[in-house]
Amino acid sequence: MSAFNAIGEEREIDRDEYTPGVEPQPTWCPGCGDFGVLKSLKQALPEVGKTPEEVLTVTGIGCSGKLNSYLDTYGFHTIHGRSLPVARAAKLANPELEVIAAGGDGDGYGIGGNHFIHTARENHDITYIVFNNEIFGLTKGQTSPTSPKGHKSKTQPSGSAKTPLRPLSTSLNAGASYVARTAAVNPNQAKEIIKEAIEHDGFAHIDFLTQCPTWNKDARQYVPYIDVQESDDYDFDVHDRAEAAEMMRETEDVLNEGTVLTGRYYVEDDRPSYSQEKHAVGEMPDQPLAERYFDDDAEWERSYDLLERHT
Amino acid sequence: MSDDELIWRIAGGSGDGIDSTSQNFAKALMRSGLDVFTHRHYPSRIRGGHTYVEIRAADREVQSRGDGYNFLLSLGDSFARNPQEEAYYGNEEIKPLSENLDELREGGIIVYDEGLIDEEDVEAINLEERAEENDWHVFPMDLRGLAKEHGREVMRNTAGVGVTAALLDMELEHIEDLMSDAMGGEILEANLEILHEAYDTVNEEYDFEHDLRAPEGSHDTEQALLSGSNAIAYAAIDAGCRFIAGYPMTPWTDVFTILSQNFPDMGGVSEQVEDEIAAAALAVGASHAGVKAMSGSSGGGFALMSEPLGLAEMTETPVVLVESMRAGPSTGMPTKPEQADLEHVLYTSQGDSQRVVFAPGNIEEAYEQTRLAFDIAWDYQIPAIVIYDQKLSGENENVDVEFFDREPSPDLGSTLTEDELAEAAHDNSGKFKRFNYDDAENGVAPRSIPGQKGGRYLATGNEHSPVGHISEDPDNRVAQMERRIEKLESIRAELDEERDSTQTYFGPEDADYGIVTWGSSQGAVAEAIERLNENGHSVKGISVSDMMPFAEREVTEFLESVDEAMVVEMNATAQFRGLIQKELGRFGDKMTSLLKFNGNPFEPAEIVEGYEVNLADEDRQPTAQVRIEPAAGD
Ligand SMILES: Cc1ncc(C[n+]2csc(CCOP(=O)(O)OP(=O)(O)O)c2C)c(N)n1
Ligand code: SF4
Repeated sequence: MSAFNAIGEEREIDRDEYTPGVEPQPTWCPGCGDFGVLKSLKQALPEVGKTPEEVLTVTGIGCSGKLNSYLDTYGFHTIHGRSLPVARAAKLANPELEVIAAGGDGDGYGIGGNHFIHTARENHDITYIVFNNEIFGLTKGQTSPTSPKGHKSKTQPSGSAKTPLRPLSTSLNAGASYVARTAAVNPNQAKEIIKEAIEHDGFAHIDFLTQCPTWNKDARQYVPYIDVQESDDYDFDVHDRAEAAEMMRETEDVLNEGTVLTGRYYVEDDRPSYSQEKHAVGEMPDQPLAERYFDDDAEWERSYDLLERHT
Repeated sequence: MSDDELIWRIAGGSGDGIDSTSQNFAKALMRSGLDVFTHRHYPSRIRGGHTYVEIRAADREVQSRGDGYNFLLSLGDSFARNPQEEAYYGNEEIKPLSENLDELREGGIIVYDEGLIDEEDVEAINLEERAEENDWHVFPMDLRGLAKEHGREVMRNTAGVGVTAALLDMELEHIEDLMSDAMGGEILEANLEILHEAYDTVNEEYDFEHDLRAPEGSHDTEQALLSGSNAIAYAAIDAGCRFIAGYPMTPWTDVFTILSQNFPDMGGVSEQVEDEIAAAALAVGASHAGVKAMSGSSGGGFALMSEPLGLAEMTETPVVLVESMRAGPSTGMPTKPEQADLEHVLYTSQGDSQRVVFAPGNIEEAYEQTRLAFDIAWDYQIPAIVIYDQKLSGENENVDVEFFDREPSPDLGSTLTEDELAEAAHDNSGKFKRFNYDDAENGVAPRSIPGQKGGRYLATGNEHSPVGHISEDPDNRVAQMERRIEKLESIRAELDEERDSTQTYFGPEDADYGIVTWGSSQGAVAEAIERLNENGHSVKGISVSDMMPFAEREVTEFLESVDEAMVVEMNATAQFRGLIQKELGRFGDKMTSLLKFNGNPFEPAEIVEGYEVNLADEDRQPTAQVRIEPAAGD
């Protein structure tokens, strides 16, 4: 008998299984885009056949970081900016777990920016959803790395002098093998993109536009979006890195000018995930590490056998 | 200062192969039946710059570097001479000779490489005069030329070993064996030729009247030559650790490297990541997902781990971190030992932090306490830190091979199986009460691993309810906090009642005076106590390992049993003495301190002298290299 019977269990899964009992009720503000992510995830997970107990959601800190408080899978609500290193290691420890990391734009692109770049570079097989509301929500409305230039907040009262970070281009350049942008106001597309990202074998980065009606009242997320895959004006090959880069550039240029473009931007199917690469060089075991501890027949080498070189 | 021991110092430039040569020579001495202890001194520079390794060997237990030394093999700094590098390093090839003379004992031997060190430089340092004054026996030899003639220039180390063996009247057998283990083919042949040529040249062409000979000894059991880093890495392997994440920083890199090299064959995973925050966070993530995991660093890197360390405490994720201290603050002296991160390791991270901290004092303790750290971490779901230093990291000592003949302990402590989870408490929605305080034993609430059926819960760094929901409910907060604190009390009770003491004692039990120390200063203290008692003093010692939870009972008993005590540690602010006072709330007027923080570890003689100045009330001051911090109220 396996020690992880929830993994790979095949059965009809009800959406409600992902909802905790009576408590806790989400503490997000009315109209917050974070509800949209939660809803899309709850729809996507049963459709890809993932039971709540084989999914590990790892979040950071912020309004967005509370996602897994309201989503009843295995969860690890970590610390500000550090969801990715925790998620990466959980996946390495047990590659059979479905690992989904999530957090805000401050959390993921600001304090966790270094981890973001390196996780993308290494192409870990995890899904990373960044709730991009272009603002710090939980700490009450400070400028974030994706806030537009000139954005005024209590900590940048004269308007931000900084050019916003380009999340899509950044992860593409860093090495993510799946890059998409979707929006809470577009739930059907969001669900489909989340499903694809989960099924994708590599680092799947979703820049998820979530409105923050409380602190970012003039957020552009209210502007009607255009689905780049649906519109004839934006014809490009998602498998072509150069074309994807060009599209991202355009998107990221216009985002702050009133048009919101969403969709998949880059999909690289044939790139091995990090654990495959690691396996190929002989640094990743065949059996999931975590399983060995429950395996009575597992052989455990002793340091005693290494002593020859010291005698 | 007895001469029944050999203290051989090989000096050269960093990158000249001093390390490997000394490692082999130490092993040859060990195989000939002697106890050995090595001490490494090196600059923060990759190639060139004066470096040395000292090997102390005797037919009795040696636990420390000695006082000074009696044989110098000075190879010169070949990198200083490299024409391409010259502009960079200047002309420093004389340093491996000139820099070492102060500590050479009377009657000692000097062999220097006249192929590398110029005659006029030697004259400039008045070697002849000093040799006469100190009764040194000086042998200039063209080691470089000899090596070149029979092989390659880099083999001058081998020539040096051959000369050493001849001058000490040693058999070549063990050295030859070690060479054949390490190399083969033409390289081996050339090296053997050089070894013999050097050996014969000395025997045939030199008359020598010095008395120093390699001591003779024998071991009852097979011995292994190991460093503290080896011991820690091997303990991790035996504890079932199969995941390590790290970022290089001297001297922690040694442990990281040893495990990275061994894990592929053992089905373990090693990750070099972007920074130390990530490294510790990865260890937490892997442990959360069901693997025994560790990380570590040295002071600066450990500072970054403060965040994930706190996360591990709050989410009760077991993890082992090791901290190899070097001199600080900030980047400090990267290659020099110090014991000044104690407070950093005990108190870093916000809130009422709870963790376990052990400070091993020698190679065996490093092994023992690292295993203990894993056991306790996984039993109690708490981070455990092993704090040691650059000295213990790098020094090598011979250990009885049988010491390592232990069963591995790859169990996950207080982790439930799926069958057990089926019986465990759940809330209405089917969530497992992973942080249950109602029936926790010793403060421990058993945990589940993601992917297990019936074990679903939320781990969070926020305060949380039994199933892991974020909670600011006052009653829950108090219950959870008390449960976490109870763990430390339970661990202390277990250490006191069920485990052998991890504190180490020296000297006669009924002695009037005490020396208290911790970590790698232990060996020098042990030797000093022996000598002090031989000199007619009445001294005993305790080397304390349990820093958190503190070895309260044992240290109290020790301090109560002496009239006065001296606390010996390698830092400038008496951190350990401060800890004792904080933990025990008294003894402030009973303890003075002997402190050293110049980048070099204590020599036993400094402690003997410090004691005499400090406690035996003699009217003189210790050397400028150590400092006395008086007792409170003095
Ligand atoms: C190390 C650290 N620094 C700062 C904070 C305070 N903090 C909490 S949430 C947050 C910003 C969150 O912004 P974002 O990631 O955009 O998430 P949102 O709340 O908008 O969803 C900050 C700065 C913290 N918890 N930890
Ligand atoms: S502050 Fe903004 S991001 Fe946070 S819950 Fe409210 S609306 Fe959502």
